[in-house]
Amino acid sequence: MRLGLLLVLLLTGCSQPQMYERENPPERLSAWQVVMIEDGQLVPRDRVVPYDLNMALFTDNAHKFRTVYVPQGQQATYQAEDALDFPVGSIVSKTFYYPKDENGQLGYHTDYSDDFGSKGLNLQRVKLIETRILVRHAEGWQALPYVWNNAQTEATLEWAGDIKPLALTDKAGNQVAFSYVVPDANQCAGCHAPNHTDGALKPIGVKARHINKAYPFLGGQDNQLVHWQQAGMLSDLPQDLALVPRNARFDSEDSLEHKARSYLDINCGHCHNPSGAADTSGLWLHQGQQDQRRLGRCKPPVAAGRGAGHGRFSIMPGEADKSIISYRMASTDPGEMMPELGRGTVDRDGLALINAWINAMPGDCSTPGH
Amino acid sequence: MRYPASHFIFATCASLLVGCSPSEQAKAPSEAAQAFEKQLIKQFVLAKPGDVITIPAGVHPISRSLSLTADNVTIRGEGMDKSVLSFKGQIAGAEGILVSGNNFIIEDLAIEDAKGDGIKINEAENVIIRRIRTEWTNGPDEKNGAYGIYPVQTRNTLIEGSVAIAASDAGIYVGQSHNVVVRNNRAEYNVAGIEIENTQGADVYDNLATHNTGGILVFNMPNLPQPGFGTRVYNNRIIANNTENFAPEGTAVASVPAGSGVVINSNDRVEIFNNHVEDNQTANVIISSYFSAGFYTTASTADAFDPYPEGIFIYDNQFIGGGDSPDLLELQALRVAAFGINGRLPDVLWDGYVNTDKLVDGQVPAEARICVQNGTAQVVNVDGPNNYANVTTDMTAHQCALDKLPAIELDGAFFGGQ
Repeated sequence: MRLGLLLVLLLTGCSQPQMYERENPPERLSAWQVVMIEDGQLVPRDRVVPYDLNMALFTDNAHKFRTVYVPQGQQATYQAEDALDFPVGSIVSKTFYYPKDENGQLGYHTDYSDDFGSKGLNLQRVKLIETRILVRHAEGWQALPYVWNNAQTEATLEWAGDIKPLALTDKAGNQVAFSYVVPDANQCAGCHAPNHTDGALKPIGVKARHINKAYPFLGGQDNQLVHWQQAGMLSDLPQDLALVPRNARFDSEDSLEHKARSYLDINCGHCHNPSGAADTSGLWLHQGQQDQRRLGRCKPPVAAGRGAGHGRFSIMPGEADKSIISYRMASTDPGEMMPELGRGTVDRDGLALINAWINAMPGDCSTPGH
Repeated sequence: MRYPASHFIFATCASLLVGCSPSEQAKAPSEAAQAFEKQLIKQFVLAKPGDVITIPAGVHPISRSLSLTADNVTIRGEGMDKSVLSFKGQIAGAEGILVSGNNFIIEDLAIEDAKGDGIKINEAENVIIRRIRTEWTNGPDEKNGAYGIYPVQTRNTLIEGSVAIAASDAGIYVGQSHNVVVRNNRAEYNVAGIEIENTQGADVYDNLATHNTGGILVFNMPNLPQPGFGTRVYNNRIIANNTENFAPEGTAVASVPAGSGVVINSNDRVEIFNNHVEDNQTANVIISSYFSAGFYTTASTADAFDPYPEGIFIYDNQFIGGGDSPDLLELQALRVAAFGINGRLPDVLWDGYVNTDKLVDGQVPAEARICVQNGTAQVVNVDGPNNYANVTTDMTAHQCALDKLPAIELDGAFFGGQ
């Protein structure tokens, strides 16, 4: 008994996530003790909680195993619009992987948490690509890219990112070959600095509207925000969940409008907002943006270059095929495509959604005047 | 991951790459080149204030954008024809180099064949871009990247001694910035040679703009955080900008006619003086409103936007030739009708839009006028509002002067001795 208790204490003691100085992050992902390999599975460690999102950022259909850790006795503070306010020592992780079929081929289809619930990832059934760590220091968040080895035994810090040639097979059996690009640590800021002026890194996914959804926890299905609150990780959550904003999912019953705006929010809004890196464009796509021209309706491009793709306006109501947003989503040319980083393939589902949204818009831009 | 010491990598790459012939560059990058790229990206990522990132002589293939966020960093090559970052095989990133750090200096290197922009500096204070070359080596092509040298939302920026070639939008493009000096550069075979857009306070002088579609552009675009005003274009040579417009349809510069020397669109308080402007076949100077830019609809433009070019002062330029073969059919017809089969359009072409809400007793207020004091140079008002009905070269409205703009000062320790 006593020996058993001691063992439990020892294991608990060394399996909690670890902090490192900002200037000296560990070379190996395992040193963080956030996600670990145990019995052929990648699992979250103690107090590390898996989560997923409503509409998510497209990353070449990579599936994502996301976790959040808040130091014991501390809490993130609920925010209605911005990312939840996490205490120093918090760690968010995101592991990018592809499921393998019986023949070992990598699947190319939309990601939700079906692969793991909260049980962990069976390494026989997935190919691990990278794990990104976002760690909250006193000075702010730091982003660190770790790239998995082929044996799937360890991921190593790669400041410069990496390029992985991949071939994925979609449900129709078509192969898609492309170069998966792991961003370098500075490119993390390309998306994770919603205020480009101060350049401070922020998490993107852990906003209330993204995580306000049910999740299949080990103990049963539960709303993630409620679960975090009950686990003592989150404070100030409104009593009435109906007051908490919620983005749509592809498979939800939400309106086309809500789905399209949710898609633009998570895929574009971190740069395309009034203080983001893409404020230079005057095109603002974050959730809550109400001015139709700012949202792209009949808005001429500013510096789109050949990304304009012969279109005159970001959104030409009723005509997705003449809309710059659709053109840039359908391109994989680095000089044209949007988002600029983080994909080498086209998000077919996302493009179909945005095209349907634009095609359903009434009106036109044609009233000339002076 | 362990990396060999950086000097070892650099030494190896330099000796391997200096000897590369052009045909060898097209092949997949060698292991040494890949190691160089990885090491270079790592230097960008881990850069600390005070760092100097050196680019040795040689052609270095780079496959991903180089992204710099740290302040007080210098990137230095051994010369714009010696240290070449070649993005021909680029697979990721919308620009060759992307910078958001303050007090940034880049000098003496070349950025070739980026898939998007050559170098973009987004929101930085104190920037020096000196003796660099951005080039698409295949020459003018719609598929080339948009901008060569592209500072946007910067404060205090000096671009000098640089060369920009074959951008499908602007070779040197300064957007939404404050306090800019662009001098002693060469821009050629771009759609727009040098473009100042939505910028407050810019001096553009001692440059050569030649063989572009339009030589030097001063534009304002709608729906942006700031309007531009206060640009001086002087002592430049703006010669034979007659290259066919190869901008992708839909972009703002796609409406610039080939053969444009200086183009002012929707911008205010612009001074054009002491330039040598020669053989620009549409017109040596074009002054136009946003209504002529091909975008304007009541749905497209925020009410606050001022589409009229106002307070334009043109004086003491040397105009030679030009206007003899305008790019647009209606201008060609107008030239023949008004000036004869062998005639030429006058040196200054104005689309004729004025803000009728501002008229005082039917006159444009003094500070909003287009004033020309340039010897025999004429203004042709093509009467755009009435579909070219009343074309006139009456100079009465333009015989005026405006207060001259102050010179741009780039001071402080960062620009010390400039």
